[in-house]
Amino acid sequence: MDNTEKHTIAVLVDNEAGVLARVIGLFSGRGYNIESLTVAEVDVQEGLSRICVVTSGTPMVIEQIKAQLDRLVPVHKISDLTAEGESVERELALIKVKGKGNKRVEALRIADIFRARAIDSTNNSFIFEISGKPDKIDAFINLMQPLGLNEITRTGVVAIARGPKGL
Amino acid sequence: MAKRKLNGSEIIIQCLIEAGVDTIFGYPGGAVLPIYDEIFKQNRLKHVLVRQEGGAVHMAEGYARSTGKLGVVLVTSGPGATNAVTGLADAFMDSIPVLCLTGQVPTHLIGNDAFQEADTTGITRPCTKHNYLIKDVKELERYLCEAIFVATSGRPGPVVIDLPKDVLIDETRFDGAREKLKIGHRSYKPRTKGDPKKIAEAVDLISKAKRPIFYCGGGVINSGVRASKRLCELVGITGAPITLTLMGLGAYPANDEKFLGMLGMHGTYEANLAMHGCDVMINIGARFDDRVTGLLSEFAPESKKIHVDIDPSSINKNVAVEIPIVGDCASVLGDMIKLWREKKPKQDKRALSAWWKQIAKWRARECLKYNQSNDVIKPQLALQRLYELTKKRDTYITTEVGQHQMWAAQFYKFNRPNRWMTSGGLGTMGYGFPAAIGVQIAHPRATVIDIAGEASFLMNMQELSTAIQYRLPVNIFILNNHYMGMVRQWQELLYSSRYSESYSESLPDFVKLAESYGATGLRALKPDDLDPVINEMLASDKLTIADIVIDETENCFPMIPSGASHNQMLLGPADEPEKTVSEEGMVLV
Repeated sequence: MDNTEKHTIAVLVDNEAGVLARVIGLFSGRGYNIESLTVAEVDVQEGLSRICVVTSGTPMVIEQIKAQLDRLVPVHKISDLTAEGESVERELALIKVKGKGNKRVEALRIADIFRARAIDSTNNSFIFEISGKPDKIDAFINLMQPLGLNEITRTGVVAIARGPKGL
Repeated sequence: MAKRKLNGSEIIIQCLIEAGVDTIFGYPGGAVLPIYDEIFKQNRLKHVLVRQEGGAVHMAEGYARSTGKLGVVLVTSGPGATNAVTGLADAFMDSIPVLCLTGQVPTHLIGNDAFQEADTTGITRPCTKHNYLIKDVKELERYLCEAIFVATSGRPGPVVIDLPKDVLIDETRFDGAREKLKIGHRSYKPRTKGDPKKIAEAVDLISKAKRPIFYCGGGVINSGVRASKRLCELVGITGAPITLTLMGLGAYPANDEKFLGMLGMHGTYEANLAMHGCDVMINIGARFDDRVTGLLSEFAPESKKIHVDIDPSSINKNVAVEIPIVGDCASVLGDMIKLWREKKPKQDKRALSAWWKQIAKWRARECLKYNQSNDVIKPQLALQRLYELTKKRDTYITTEVGQHQMWAAQFYKFNRPNRWMTSGGLGTMGYGFPAAIGVQIAHPRATVIDIAGEASFLMNMQELSTAIQYRLPVNIFILNNHYMGMVRQWQELLYSSRYSESYSESLPDFVKLAESYGATGLRALKPDDLDPVINEMLASDKLTIADIVIDETENCFPMIPSGASHNQMLLGPADEPEKTVSEEGMVLV
């Protein structure tokens, strides 16, 4: 059973009441994984939202997830960004670090290496804003652990296919 | 038509009439009173007053399945809607087009735990094809038309429209729904035409098959009478055997010799062994349900598979197939026939004739044979007599769920589609009687028989009152063994006959029950009683309950024990499950 793959799937849906519940209910009801999920309106005029879901499963399960999503009435389009060519993925995180003295300096130094910005500061804390691939954020969080890591909030992955072609 | 202002309730009635709806099954309540007032004021839509909302949905299902049209349900908010949920889940599993209008508390009270408030769209989301909460009367017409389109197109299914009371009272301009009913949906566009390349590959594969088999299901029925006709034609020109699922019975004439009977857990020996041994499987409108496939790893191990389904999510869900074809069964079958006739492929006649010889050997096992008795009625005999005495009539059969359902599928021969209404996917006990009422409403002159078990019938027998009110001559043919027979059968097989809560205690006297409603009650106790009772039931122009007291110990065979494969069937009570599972010799006949 170890042919599990991780896939990032973009779903274009009607921005109507309950549409997110439909998608989430589908995943929980059929026992699929959600590793991360983001959603926001992307076309105000047409009333369309884009959901980006990172999921994992065997190739057969991934095909089912796509077919089941496509079966939902308000779903316009589905794109398996992992399977259909190259794509770029980004995630944003806000990370609170508490500390004084050397640890504080070290936190700032590492933030600089990771191109994280301090967006709030007190005498004994920082909030860093960092964006990038999820594993870059994981790495940053790991490094902050011994330096007074206090609180994390992450957006989940947003992704888009490379090249001129749109969804 | 001049533009005029109508209130929400009037718009609903107008839209339904324009969509061709003639019957609504429903039950009134506070939140839907405005609609009921409109129903009162008109006489084009017939309303059938049920006795419990669960019954209303099954009636609409029976109506829909026997006509191919949309079934419409109207219930109130809160408990009205929650009672309808089982029926909705049933219609979802069996792909039955049902539109269910539910009342809701007024928009400004939603979320306040108001009296008779339930989150209907939340509750029904996973058991409907789609659902709507209408918050503005201006959206009503569009969503109603859209809902009817969604329910009836593609793979059909139930759609709920939740209607807050203020929306039913508010007014807006309305100029007829006719145009809007023609417009599809902006994101939902079912594909009906199959990919020509895949169809060509399929035809090629079928023509080269040495041991082909058609395995067809409810999708053929849902695709309309046209699909059944084309299926017969394709089976005819290819010369391949065919088996049908529980949902597909009637899609191909049961009397034809190419028909091997139903397949699956209680399917025939020849159908299951032919599935196991085939080299090319042509699945049209079936979904590789676990009751059909048995053990997946041993399912038709040497076969290449073609799968035609209008729902892409049914393809490669349980079983990976070589040639997937997304499309409507009638359309794809038509394309296949056309291509076959153009190409006139040469088939391996010798291989086919050897295949039929093999099938004849399997058939010779007579897997449906049972021990006859002179003292006690065998359920199989009761159904054989029922078939013989009704086959020349315009007959529709519904069933409940359990042993009687499987015996009905095995022993009643369906030669036409839309004549067999049974709860296949969800397995809802209590389905058959209300479904029969819906069928009889749609076909007032036909003979409608609910083949029931006594335990299932008790689940929705409140609808007797409905049937009497509308003078429906529905026949309830109860195979009464004083047990939840299928539960008991599994307890015998797997739990050393510890009959935990599987007996029917404190049953009513069904004859007196019928009489108390002014209906006909009959009872058969001995095999000799069968014909007179069935004939009297058919002769009666009133609702009839026929209490057929059968052998309490009879079990349903053949059977593939769950988790076993098609070639590990139990053919009778003498077969031990362990024995069949271990002996490879069972494959050979």
